[in-house]
Amino acid sequence: MNDGGGLLPIIAILPFLGALVPGVMIRAGRTACASFAAIPTLIALVMLGTLAPAVMGGEVLHAEIAWLPQLGLSASFFLDGLGLLFAGMILGVGLLITLYARFYLSGDDPMGQFYAYLLLFQGAMLGIVISDNILLLLIFWELTSLSSFLLIGYWNHLPEGRQGARMALAVTGGGGLAMIGGMLILGNIAGSYDLTDILGQGDAIRASEWYLPALILILLGAFTKSAQFPFHFWLPHAMAAPTPVSAYLHSATMVKAGVFLMARMWPVLSGTEAWFYIVATTGLITMVLGAVIALFKDDLKALLAFSTVSHLGLMTMLLGFGTKAAAIAAVFHVINHLTFKAALFMTAGIVDHEAHTRDIRRLGGLARLMPVTAAIGTITALSMAGIPLFNGFLSKEMMLEEASHTLWFENPWIVPVLATVGALFSVAYSLRFIFHVFGGPVRDDYPSRPHDPPFGMYAAPAVLTLLVVLIGVAPFLAEPVVTMAANAVTGADLHPHLKLWHGITPALFMSMSAVAGGIVLLVLHHPLDRGWRAAPRPEAKAIFDAILARLVAVSNSLTAGLHNGAISRYLAIFVVATVALGYAAFTGGGLAAATRPMLPVPPVAVVGWLMLVVATALVVVNHRARFKALVLIGVIGLTISGGFVYLSAPDLALTQIAVETVTIMLLLLALHFMPKTTPAESGTGLRLRDGAIALVAGGAVATLAFAFMTRDFSTISDFHLANAYKGGGGHNVVNVILVDFRGYDTYGEIIVLGIAGLTIFALLEALLSGPAAARLRNTDYSANRSRDRHPMMMVVATRAMMPIAIMVGIYIFLRGHNQPGGGFVAGLVISIALLMQYMASGFGWTQERQRVEYHAMIGLGVAVAGLTGVGAWLAGEPFLTSAFGYVHLPPIEEFELATAMLFDLGVFLTVLGGVMLMLYSLSRISRYAGETVNVGPMDFDPSQQVPSEKREAE
Amino acid sequence: MEIIVASAIGVLTAGGIYLILRLRAFPVILGLALLSYAVNVFIFATGRLKVNAPPILRDHGDAIYTDPLPQALVLTAIVISFGMTAVLVMIALGAFLEADHDRIDMTAADTAEATKKETGA
Repeated sequence: MNDGGGLLPIIAILPFLGALVPGVMIRAGRTACASFAAIPTLIALVMLGTLAPAVMGGEVLHAEIAWLPQLGLSASFFLDGLGLLFAGMILGVGLLITLYARFYLSGDDPMGQFYAYLLLFQGAMLGIVISDNILLLLIFWELTSLSSFLLIGYWNHLPEGRQGARMALAVTGGGGLAMIGGMLILGNIAGSYDLTDILGQGDAIRASEWYLPALILILLGAFTKSAQFPFHFWLPHAMAAPTPVSAYLHSATMVKAGVFLMARMWPVLSGTEAWFYIVATTGLITMVLGAVIALFKDDLKALLAFSTVSHLGLMTMLLGFGTKAAAIAAVFHVINHLTFKAALFMTAGIVDHEAHTRDIRRLGGLARLMPVTAAIGTITALSMAGIPLFNGFLSKEMMLEEASHTLWFENPWIVPVLATVGALFSVAYSLRFIFHVFGGPVRDDYPSRPHDPPFGMYAAPAVLTLLVVLIGVAPFLAEPVVTMAANAVTGADLHPHLKLWHGITPALFMSMSAVAGGIVLLVLHHPLDRGWRAAPRPEAKAIFDAILARLVAVSNSLTAGLHNGAISRYLAIFVVATVALGYAAFTGGGLAAATRPMLPVPPVAVVGWLMLVVATALVVVNHRARFKALVLIGVIGLTISGGFVYLSAPDLALTQIAVETVTIMLLLLALHFMPKTTPAESGTGLRLRDGAIALVAGGAVATLAFAFMTRDFSTISDFHLANAYKGGGGHNVVNVILVDFRGYDTYGEIIVLGIAGLTIFALLEALLSGPAAARLRNTDYSANRSRDRHPMMMVVATRAMMPIAIMVGIYIFLRGHNQPGGGFVAGLVISIALLMQYMASGFGWTQERQRVEYHAMIGLGVAVAGLTGVGAWLAGEPFLTSAFGYVHLPPIEEFELATAMLFDLGVFLTVLGGVMLMLYSLSRISRYAGETVNVGPMDFDPSQQVPSEKREAE
Repeated sequence: MEIIVASAIGVLTAGGIYLILRLRAFPVILGLALLSYAVNVFIFATGRLKVNAPPILRDHGDAIYTDPLPQALVLTAIVISFGMTAVLVMIALGAFLEADHDRIDMTAADTAEATKKETGA
C-alpha cells in the first residue's frame, strides 16, 4: 500500500543514517562536521516539501513495508496535516539548531558526538509524527527518551547533567511504559494497530469499558513527556544540557511529543467528561503553576523552562476543552510557541556564551552592549507575553476566548480567572526577561564583557524572530498551515480566520488585565521575590530523589530476598512458582474426561517399577555415599531402558543404555577428583522443606503425566508414518524423522553436542593454567590407586572386544535407516569400545596410539552433515532435502543408498568426537595429578617376563 | 500401565528436585541426572503408551504404530543431557579445584563481598 507516500520511509530513516556521519566528519573540522550533519536534515526537508502540496490539498499519504502482518506489525507511515506540521517543525528547527550549535559548542566539546545524538533524536521524533502503526510509534517514542537522555547528559562531566538526564529518562521512560499499556489496550479495542484504522473508530473506543484505563495510561505517557503537573519537574533539571539541546528539545520537539500525541488521539479520546476533567484541569494547573514559578527563577534557562511548562499546560488545556475552536487555538499556539521559545532559548544561550553567566541578578544593560541579541530577545519575549503585533498574542487571545466560556463543574469563573492569572504571570516573567537582562544601566561586573556574537550564531534566532513578527502582523499567512493541521486533528473541515482584531470581547479585557497586572508584578518583583524565597514550598527534586531512594531500597530488599547468591534458593523458588502456575493452569482450564483405556500391567512392569522406586529412594537417602549412589543411578537408567523396550521404543532403549554407560564412566572419572565426602550440612528443617517441595512437585508432574496419558490427542505424526518410506526411504520412522523430516533440528543438536565438548576442553585448558593445576600437583592421590591398574585380563578382553564392538557399531549405524539404530547410537557404541581401551591400558598409553584429533572429528562431523544438507541445493531442493535410491551389486542383495545416511554419518562423527573429547578432557586432569604413563599395555606382561626367566635359567 | 509410568515420572522428579536443592555439587549432579530421566520419560509419554507397536514400518497395511515424534525428540535429548551433565561435572570440578570446596552456594563471606562491591560502586 503505497499511495504517494513512498518517500516517507526514506525520510524516517535518513536522520538515523545521517547520525553515522558526523562522528567521522569531525576529523575534517567542525564546519565540515556541522555541514554534514545538516545534509540529511536538508534532504529530508526537501523530500517533505515535495509531499507538502498533496497534504495541504487534503490528501493523506501512506507507505507500508509489511514485516509481520499476522501480528499487526508493519513499518507503516502516513502523513496528514498534523504530521506534516510537526515534521516540518522538527526538521526546520533541527536545521537551525545545527547551525546554532556549530557556533555555540566550544572546541573542547566532542562535536561529532553531539550531532550524532542530535540526528538520532531528530529521527526518533520524526518517526513519532509520521508513524501509522502505533507499535512503531511506541518504538520511536522510547527512542526519543533514550536519545534525549544522551543529549541532556551530553556534558557528562557535570553532575547536574547526569542527574538531569537520569531524571528525564526515569520520568519520560516510566510514562512511556504506561503508554505502551494504553496503546495496546487501544489497539485491542480497535482491532488494529494502525492509527488510520483507530482514528476511524472513535465512537466504539469511547463506548468501550476499557476506554478509561487506556485513556489514563496514554495520558500518563503524554503528560510525562510534555512535563505536565505533577511530572513537570524533570524539564527544568534537563536544562543542564547545552543550550542548543534545550532550544531543540524544549521548544519544538521532545516536550511537544506529548501535545502531538494528545492532538493525534484527539478524535478518538476527546469529547468525554473524563477527557475534559483530566486533560483540561491538568493543563490549567500546569499553566498557572509554571508561570508563577517562572517569575521567581533567576537562571535565564530555568525561567524559560518553567515558561515552557506553562505554555505546554496551555496547549494541553486547549486540547482538553475538546472543542474544535480550542483545537485550532492549540495547533496555532504550537507553531507560535515554537518560534518564540526556540529563539528565546538561543538568546539565553548567546547571553550565557558572551557574558559567561545566565543569572539575571548579574545581568542588565545588555541592550547597549549587544543590540542585535537584545532586539531578538525583546521581540520574542514580547511575543511570549502575548503583546499585540507578535504571534504569541494571537493564540493567547484565542485561548482566553475559549477559556472565557468554559464551565468547570458548572462554575463559569474558575477557568477564565485562572487562565487570566496564568497569562498575567506570563506577562510578568516575559517583561522581567526583557527589563532585567537587556534594560537598565550597563554594569561593570559581568564575568566577561559581552558583545554581539558572529552572524552565524544569531542567524537562527533571527530567522525565527522574523516569523514571530510576520505571523504577528499578518496572521493570514499562517492560515493554510493552521487549517491543514487543525483539520487533521479534528477530522472536520474547518476554515479558521486568524486575525488581529476580534472586536471588544471578554478575551480582550482578560488580556488587558493580564498585561496591566503583569506590569504591576514586575514593579513589585523585589518584595515579592523576598516573600517567595521565605515561603516554604515543596522541592520537587528532593521528593523525586526520596521516592527513587525508597524504590531502590524496596527493589534491593526484594532482590536480596530472592537472589542471595544461593542456587538452592533460586531453584526452590523456581520449582514452587512453576508448580503454582501449573496448578492455576490445570485447575483453570477445565479438564475433559479421560478417553483412553489404560493398558494392562504385566508383572514384569511391576518389578521394574519397584526397582526404579526403590533405587530412586536409595539414591536420595544415600546420596552422600557416592559410589553407591552411582551404582543406583545405573540401575535406574537400565530400568528405564527396559521400559522403553516394553513401550515400543527400541531406539530410545538402545540410546539410553549407551548413554548410561558413558555417563557412569564420566561420573566415575570425576569422582576421583571430587572431595571424598559430602558433609551433611542442611538441618532437619531445611531437609523437610526441600522434601515437601520435591514431593509436591513430583506429585504434580505425575498427575499431569497421568492426565494426558489417559486422554486422546491429535498428532502430526501420521504424516511422518505415511511418508517415512515414500519420502525418506526408511522403515525406521524415528530415524527418518531425525535425519530427514527434522534434520535441521538434529543438525542443531549435534552442533550443541560439539560445542559442549569444546566447552569442556576449553574449561579444562583454563583450569589447568590456573591455580588448580598447582593444587592437583600437590595433592597426593596415590593412596587411592590400585596396585594393578592395568590388569592383564582386562587388557586382553578389551582387545578382543574392540573389533567386535566396532563391528556392532557399524552394523547399528548401517541398519539405522530401517531398523533401530542410527548415527547417535553407533557413535555412542564406538565411544564405549574406545573407552574400554583407555580403561584397560591407561590414558597415556592409549592416547599415544590415537591418531585422529577429537576436535577435528567434531568439525568433520558437522561439516559432513552440513555439506549433505547443502548438497540438496545443487539439486535445486531446500537445505537438507534427502534423496535415495536402490543399488544392486552382485553378489550382495539389493540395498539402499540415501543421502540421509551421509547426514547420519555426520551425526555419528560428531557424537563420537564430542563424547570422546569430554571424557578425554576429564582424564587429562589425572596427568596433572601425577599419574605416570605406562610404557607397556599392562602392568605385568607375562610374555615380556619369559625370556628373562630363561636367561636366569641358563 | 499409565499409573505406573506416571508415578515413576513423579518419583524421579521428586528425587531429582530434592537432590538439586542440596548444597554440594555432587548431589546436584545426581539430581540433574534423575530429572533428565524424568523429563525424557515425560516427553516420551506425551506420545501415549502402546505395546508392541514400534514405529518401524512393517509390510502389512493395518499395522499399529506408536507416535514416533516424541521418540525422536527424546533420542536427541538423551544425548544432549549427557553433554549437559559432562559440562556440569567439569564446572563443578573446576570450582572445587579452584576454591577447595564444592559448595554450590555463595558463602556468607562471598555474599558480603559481593554486596560491598555493588553498594560501594
